[in-house]
Amino acid sequence: MNLLSIEHLSLSIGDTKILHDVSIEMRPGEIVAITGESGSGKSMTALAVMGLLPRGSVADGLILLENTNILGTSESDLCSMRGCSMGMVFQEPMTALNPVQTIGDQVAETITIHKKASKHNANIQARAMLRRVGLKVDPSRYPHELSGGQRQRVVIAMAIALRPKLLIADEPTTALDVTTQATILKLLKDLVTEFDMGLLIITHDLAVVADIADKIVVMQKGHVVEAAATYDLLHNMRHPYTKSLFNASNHKVILPEYRPSSPFLSVESVTRKYNLPRVKVFGLRSTFQALNGVSFTISHGERVGLVGESGCGKSTLTRAILGLEEVQEGQILLDGQAVFTKKVVNLSVRRKMQVVFQDPYSSFNPRHRVDRLIAEPLHVLNNKIMGKDRERAVAKALEDVGMRPEDSSKFIHEFSGGQRQRIAIARALIIEPELIVFDEAVSALDVSIRAQVLDLIAGLCQKRQLAYLFISHDLSVVSTITDRVIVMQSGKIVEQGDTHQVFSNPQHSYTQRLIASAPKLPEIA
Amino acid sequence: MSRGLIIGAFLTLIFASLACVSLLWIPYDIETFQIPNKLKRPNWDNWLGTDHFGRDILSMVMMGARTSIAVALLAVGIGMVIGVPLGLFSAARRGSFLDEFIMRGNDLIFAFPSLVIAILITAVFGASAVNAIVAIGIFNIPVFARLTRAAALPLWERDFVLSARVCGKSEMRISVEHIFPNIMNLMIVQGTIQFSLGILAEASLSYIGLGAQPPTASWGRMLADAQTLVSIAPHVALVPGFAILLMVLGLNLMGDGLRDLFDPRIKKDRA
Repeated sequence: MNLLSIEHLSLSIGDTKILHDVSIEMRPGEIVAITGESGSGKSMTALAVMGLLPRGSVADGLILLENTNILGTSESDLCSMRGCSMGMVFQEPMTALNPVQTIGDQVAETITIHKKASKHNANIQARAMLRRVGLKVDPSRYPHELSGGQRQRVVIAMAIALRPKLLIADEPTTALDVTTQATILKLLKDLVTEFDMGLLIITHDLAVVADIADKIVVMQKGHVVEAAATYDLLHNMRHPYTKSLFNASNHKVILPEYRPSSPFLSVESVTRKYNLPRVKVFGLRSTFQALNGVSFTISHGERVGLVGESGCGKSTLTRAILGLEEVQEGQILLDGQAVFTKKVVNLSVRRKMQVVFQDPYSSFNPRHRVDRLIAEPLHVLNNKIMGKDRERAVAKALEDVGMRPEDSSKFIHEFSGGQRQRIAIARALIIEPELIVFDEAVSALDVSIRAQVLDLIAGLCQKRQLAYLFISHDLSVVSTITDRVIVMQSGKIVEQGDTHQVFSNPQHSYTQRLIASAPKLPEIA
Repeated sequence: MSRGLIIGAFLTLIFASLACVSLLWIPYDIETFQIPNKLKRPNWDNWLGTDHFGRDILSMVMMGARTSIAVALLAVGIGMVIGVPLGLFSAARRGSFLDEFIMRGNDLIFAFPSLVIAILITAVFGASAVNAIVAIGIFNIPVFARLTRAAALPLWERDFVLSARVCGKSEMRISVEHIFPNIMNLMIVQGTIQFSLGILAEASLSYIGLGAQPPTASWGRMLADAQTLVSIAPHVALVPGFAILLMVLGLNLMGDGLRDLFDPRIKKDRA
């Protein structure tokens, strides 16, 4: 007896076909993972199961939860099913909780809606459920007082409060740090065994689910390309797309040999404090130390990785190096010159470094054409490049990143995320900087695109001497694209050294924990 | 495009073209009185009838449209030309003393009831169209300054602005090149709405005799003049009343429609 069976589900919104003939089956107590890249239809499948399809969508086929066909059920009946026989966990725990209600009330709400429980009883049950999901804080706390991982636990408590038979988790750990991710995944797995429910987990990251899923469904452009038990699927991939997805997740690049040279960027015992708001009207302001005596150097042509979890000071450090924010103590020197001299940013320093940001959608002014976007850094040069020279420089930068010079007259919305990130790299390259800061530059990309961009970066290193600081939370990426790695925790550098050495033999306990909790795909020959 | 936008744009266009035509030609001269012809109902010679001096009401409405539009447009222009740069500057120097100074100054202007101060200004400096423009314009400044600053603040946190800063561009240059083009649609929408408020304000001022002075025609004054005649010749009051109503309605519909048109979220829903 299947808990959930999706049979020949097709879905279209307007004239666009979203899903083609999707069939998935799962039994009670089973963990099924749907994986695929953006636009594969994995989230839409989950929404269809919940009966939460967007307006104007036409679905065809069968979705049977036990014996109820979701597609044929009226909205009011679906309402009583949601939360009761099926629960959902969303990606972003920040937005999934109501900021003005206590967490206890929000969990109790699910209970009072579906069961005729008194407020008091509901609160007792909510309290028990919050404890079950491993939350040690009081139920009278508000969401903003909790960390991301704690919030995700509250969301899970809400979803399982009535012990649904089916739990759907849409990218439940994507917004979380690796160490938190590991604990949340373990929690989900334990809950499945304890409550004997089915868990449908949607993720773009194959490595996340390789450990816990019983069955993996790979989707591409609305089709199920392969579905099998996890072990079978990983050891005997049949579809070329699965193989390419798997290879891309494990992608390794070949960096040219790094020859030790003189220091280029040196960060010397840098400290940055932020004032926190006063707790009492006349109370003293407390401070938050984002950076605490951070020192390191990057030599000419050296590729350095910076890893750490959210709040460790990565962003503050990046901003300080880029001269977007001044530090209070210590100094940052680039080629012997200070980034800041008396509150003014040193322009000659700016000529030697550039940055590539994480989000390919907010990195560009949507109202400028590509040539203007790419040429923007030329502004910082002493001798302005104009006219034909400028066109040539833009064309060269575009070609360097594998785009066509004709693309320069297009607007940024005509490009995909991966292409945009190439354009961002082209923008960084145009003044031929010696140092590029990659701030989570590949984190928002699909694995296959990520592999291409990593290849591009490695290729650039082959062509010319380029030093970069590669900031990422993704250890597998850092391990292949850098020569040396710096590990940060709460504003301090806890470990730094040769990438290979640090990853194979971490010294600091935090590094060890970080590496242990990073999701890994099994090694398959 | 929404139906409201089309209707609004159509109404606005009618009054704008009436005003334009009046620059070249109007059916009858409105500066000479023809007392024998007074208070005629609408007929083939005078489409909208005549007023108590025998002047053709259609001609008066056309001339009035010119006054209303000119006063409101210039007032919005004053608000935008001063308010938008102030807002951009405040956003660029967010958190600084100057930002605080500018925004509190705006609060100060906001704190006064606009029409009362407009009356004060025109009463002190004399009633004229120019003073009406200045008085209405001053109250448009904080509207645009606040809106600009509020819209610019989130843009300053965007990566493309950060990368422009990494390229060594100054705050002012970033404001002009990156911030302003991205908030322009908001300004157009707000401009349309302020425009309609400007028309109302101009009508109110000339209604109490503090706007454009005779013989310049204005809708507010036409209303005031017709007030005592409502029972004998209602059309004399109804025509300028409806002119104000339709013009303001048209501008508001257009403003709403433009806002929907520019809002990418709403556009996505329709697609």
